Amino acid sequence: MCTRAVGALGHYLERGGIPTTQISLIRDHSERIAPPRALWVPFDLGQPFGTAHDAAFQTRVLEAALRLLESPSGPLLVDFPEDAPDARDEAGVWACPLALAATAPADGEADTLEQGFAREFAQLLPWYTLAVERAKRTTVGLSGLPPEELGSFLSGFSEPPFPGSPLSDLPLAAAFKLAAEDLKALYAEAALAQPSPRRASAEEVAEWFWKETRAGELLRRLRQKLSHSDDPALKLVALMMLVPMEHAGH
Amino acid sequence: MARLEKLPAGMAEHLLKVPCPQFEEPSFVHGPALAERRVAIVSTAGLHLRGDRPFTSLAADYRVIPGDVSAGDLLMSHISVNYDRSGFQQDWNVVFPLDRLHALAQRSQIGSVADFHYSFMGAVDAASLEPTAADVAGLLARDRVDAALLVPV
Repeated sequence: MCTRAVGALGHYLERGGIPTTQISLIRDHSERIAPPRALWVPFDLGQPFGTAHDAAFQTRVLEAALRLLESPSGPLLVDFPEDAPDARDEAGVWACPLALAATAPADGEADTLEQGFAREFAQLLPWYTLAVERAKRTTVGLSGLPPEELGSFLSGFSEPPFPGSPLSDLPLAAAFKLAAEDLKALYAEAALAQPSPRRASAEEVAEWFWKETRAGELLRRLRQKLSHSDDPALKLVALMMLVPMEHAGH
Repeated sequence: MARLEKLPAGMAEHLLKVPCPQFEEPSFVHGPALAERRVAIVSTAGLHLRGDRPFTSLAADYRVIPGDVSAGDLLMSHISVNYDRSGFQQDWNVVFPLDRLHALAQRSQIGSVADFHYSFMGAVDAASLEPTAADVAGLLARDRVDAALLVPV
């Protein structure tokens, strides 16, 4: 969708007198919209400059996009000649090094998904804190909730009555969506900061979250439960904005 | 992947069916040599400052990102879940290549980096962007920008 949006923006900004160049992630959309100048890149959606922590590669993409500005005529749609470096081509395997104990306490009672998630979340939180200290940065912080409250807030949507929105001007469905994004980011940042034989690919991080964590299982369960909600906004978020299409069916 | 054949079948099919606006008589604006250009990033990743309003609807509005923003202050609230965020989580330059632009300016490959950058949220109806894009064009002109780098996710 984003490639379509930048295609249209290219036309509108030029109409306003601003020369533009752009990255295209979906070639078909750029072919149909024909923005003034576009560089198609064969990278993952979400990674328009190809790969993290590789300044030389990112710079090559940037230079190729900017060079299009010097062409005398258009529209131009040029293919970037390199694939992004794939972590899976490196030696070793990536597996989340955090041992998230899936086992219930020793009292013999099988625990609920919510209890298992609460335990997993509590285990992960110190690793997240450490990751933020190391990176001096976090992308968690959309919902207005402190990180340590994300788990209980989201679990609260398992059964009514649901929690209230953490910010007075934020509708509940939006708060729910943003908290879910915060939770995913918290898990990814904690996992990615751990020492590992090699880097993780985008797909590996997603597979880990959606297939191996209680958090992923909880969000899938909430998707299913809230898809029957009487609140149309919550229903829409649950169905369309919570779980990626390819992981929704598990 | 942005190679359609690598995307899950349902998603590739969906993307190919998406309607795209058509533009008759498109503009093609020229400018000076690249080494003299002032460059701004215009993203559709739903980026905004920590504390600014997140993107929570399909409104075609935008957020202003000051040029002195630090990586720790930039968040992403795009509504789509069907793309990777781990790249941005590890290195903001994957989506918002501000450090890379500054390096090009230092090497005099571009003239300068703009004082302000902008982000929309790209899941909106593309045609609905026209009025707000006109506003942003005016803001870019006032910042003397003569190269907008449009970046999707």
